[in-house]
Amino acid sequence: MEDRTSPHSHQISGAEILIRCLQEEKVKFVFGYPGGAVLHIYDEIFKQDAFKHILVRHEQAAVHAADAFARATGEVGVALVTSGPGATNAITGIATAYMDSIPLVVISGQVPAPAIGMDAFQEVDMVGITRPCVKHNFLVKDVKDIAATIKKAFYIAATGRPGPVVVDIPKDITAHFAKFEYPASVEMRSYTPIIKGHSGQIKKAVKLLLEAKRPMIYTGGGVVLGNAAEELIQFARKLGYPVTNTLMGLGGYPSTDNQFLGMLGMHGTYEANMAMQNCDVLLAVGARFDDRVIGNPGHFFSKDRTIIHVDVDPSSISKRVKIDVPIVGDVKSVLTEMNELLIAETKTPDAGDIKSWWQQIDTWREKKSLVYKNSTEVIKPQYVIEKLWEVTKGDAYVTSDVGQHQMWAAQYYKFDKPRRWINSGGLGTMGVGLPYAMGCQLANPTAQVACITGEGSIQMNIQELSTCHQFRLPIKVILLNNRYLGMVRQWQEFFYENRYSESYMDSLPDFVKLAESYGHVGMNIVNPADVEGALKEAFDMKDRFVFMNFITDQTENVFPMVPNGKGLSEMILAGEE
Amino acid sequence: MKHIISLLMENESGALSRVAGLFSARAYNIESLTVAPTEDATLSRMTIVTSGSEDVIEQIIKQLNKLVDVVKVLDLNDGRYIERELMLVKVKATGIFRDEMKRMCDIFRGRIIDVADGSYTIEVTGSSSKLDAFLEALDKSAILETVRTGASGIGRGDRILKV
Ligand SMILES: Cc1ncc(C[n+]2csc(CCOP(=O)(O)OP(=O)(O)O)c2C)c(N)n1
Repeated sequence: MEDRTSPHSHQISGAEILIRCLQEEKVKFVFGYPGGAVLHIYDEIFKQDAFKHILVRHEQAAVHAADAFARATGEVGVALVTSGPGATNAITGIATAYMDSIPLVVISGQVPAPAIGMDAFQEVDMVGITRPCVKHNFLVKDVKDIAATIKKAFYIAATGRPGPVVVDIPKDITAHFAKFEYPASVEMRSYTPIIKGHSGQIKKAVKLLLEAKRPMIYTGGGVVLGNAAEELIQFARKLGYPVTNTLMGLGGYPSTDNQFLGMLGMHGTYEANMAMQNCDVLLAVGARFDDRVIGNPGHFFSKDRTIIHVDVDPSSISKRVKIDVPIVGDVKSVLTEMNELLIAETKTPDAGDIKSWWQQIDTWREKKSLVYKNSTEVIKPQYVIEKLWEVTKGDAYVTSDVGQHQMWAAQYYKFDKPRRWINSGGLGTMGVGLPYAMGCQLANPTAQVACITGEGSIQMNIQELSTCHQFRLPIKVILLNNRYLGMVRQWQEFFYENRYSESYMDSLPDFVKLAESYGHVGMNIVNPADVEGALKEAFDMKDRFVFMNFITDQTENVFPMVPNGKGLSEMILAGEE
Repeated sequence: MKHIISLLMENESGALSRVAGLFSARAYNIESLTVAPTEDATLSRMTIVTSGSEDVIEQIIKQLNKLVDVVKVLDLNDGRYIERELMLVKVKATGIFRDEMKRMCDIFRGRIIDVADGSYTIEVTGSSSKLDAFLEALDKSAILETVRTGASGIGRGDRILKV
């Protein structure tokens, strides 16, 4: 046991300093799990009530829940884990947040400073392990540095392109004493995020857009993270141009709006992908042209178009696709400036050109690429999502896991508001759904929160049913149970001649009994006729966690689909397989 | 194409591994990397020699700038610059080799900095290609050991990388 040297007056322990810092940052929730290296910190948590500590059942879930809290609110999420296994369990959560640019501060305990490098019990090089999957990380080496480091961590996490920041604190440092002084502001000569876009470039962009014959607006997670939905709506409506969102961008533009073409990409709508491929001027905002979005870049470039790209991260520009008009800046600030220019502008788009472009888009829309064949015999997963949208009046926080159910959720739940659709787009992490729902529900205690999941994914963090009970979180789990790792099965059906290698989910638990054993309500829904009633019944139980096990069609596939390596206009549509 | 990138970074522990990690994680080439503190002890100056298409180099510069600890990045190839590398070569210096080595060393403006019965240690400074040329010029079998520092670079005239 290390010595907790006695304090001079005005001095408090490192652990208490940390707590005071979190209070200064107005943290509402800390998601965590205790252990040896963070015991001093937990002792201080015991003595305070400025924030609530949410005890998860696995550190991965702590980070996911903090991540969802950040996605749902726009505030920085906070997680606290112990050294060694606590720290390594947090890695998947950190990498998930990193890929989707989510502001997080993850505090990890570390073995006492003198023991570092000695292969001490529960020692792991957290700074080394997390380096490739954090925006930045710190090892605190002196109790006097705690406050300034935490201040920097929150600042770095939330500004510029947001991301997770890890602060690793050796146990002895939390026991040492120092005076607490929280810095009022941060200045870092090496870190100065750009906010305002280049005015000349912005003017050029607006001019190009006004002259476009076949314009297209493509927006991503950056619009949601940058709180720029309103500015985007104003801009798009003023011009009357078509809009598509990426998986991460859903809710950035209202899905029920007539100018919205649906999601684009691998499982995007026919009209969104065709418009993306055939437009002459493309405005990309807070999106990054990733491989799931534009398909084969060579094919994308077989068509000529002028691309304007607005992003806060210069390294996202011209990474996969050459950009004609790059604009580095905060998307909200740039869109605001574009809106001002539009208001002052006398020139308007050529009505004839835009009209014929919309006519073209309408012929693509007639393909009705999201229509599926419903059944009275077996529950179609798409039908469940459509009914969920109706029952929740399109106003729920919807989290999902990863797989077919995720794509159906994105396609059929029409998100009209930002920060409502919470999923792992970049890393594609199975197991996020339930902890994501926890973060959303804690952030919005009276909101409807639905976790759309698969029987594979839900079992990756199923232990959190216990946390949900402890904190009385009235989440509704919508399990689309197809008894397959459905997305894997779909690829095996299409590309591996139906060799379903290890994609069948055998020995599933009785989910109703499982839910009940954790103190929740469980429901089995087998008959399509019962879907709507069951959803209503579940959402009427406003203070209960309800686990809904929908037994769905095992053979259903996600369409449209752009096969890996193919071009955006080379989609497989339903009925064409 | 070969590029020499200069950067100034906060002189924090782990700074080097952030840069090295970036290059390996994104599969960028790294021919050499040198790092040392500057006259300002809070800053480290790094010279990275890399190669790649213009697109790749552009990404490298952007990714380096994105590192929170990096203060400034300069692609020396964007203007006129000087490149220097130091090499120490231990060569056989027996019999006929003894005079031959001395002559070679003079031609390349090297200096013999250690003399032993059977060997010389030669110090040569210059651009990396000059050092390559020196090694080429030597009889392979005469080379006992080589050690190179990797290139350092600096802009010509008033091209200055400073905070
Ligand atoms: C942690 C993790 N492991 C593996 C995968 C690969 N993977 C992607 S989708 C999928 C199947 C998901 O099955 P399920 O949760 O049942 O959803 P479904 O596709 O059936 O809707 C798998 C295994 C992943 N994305 N994440």
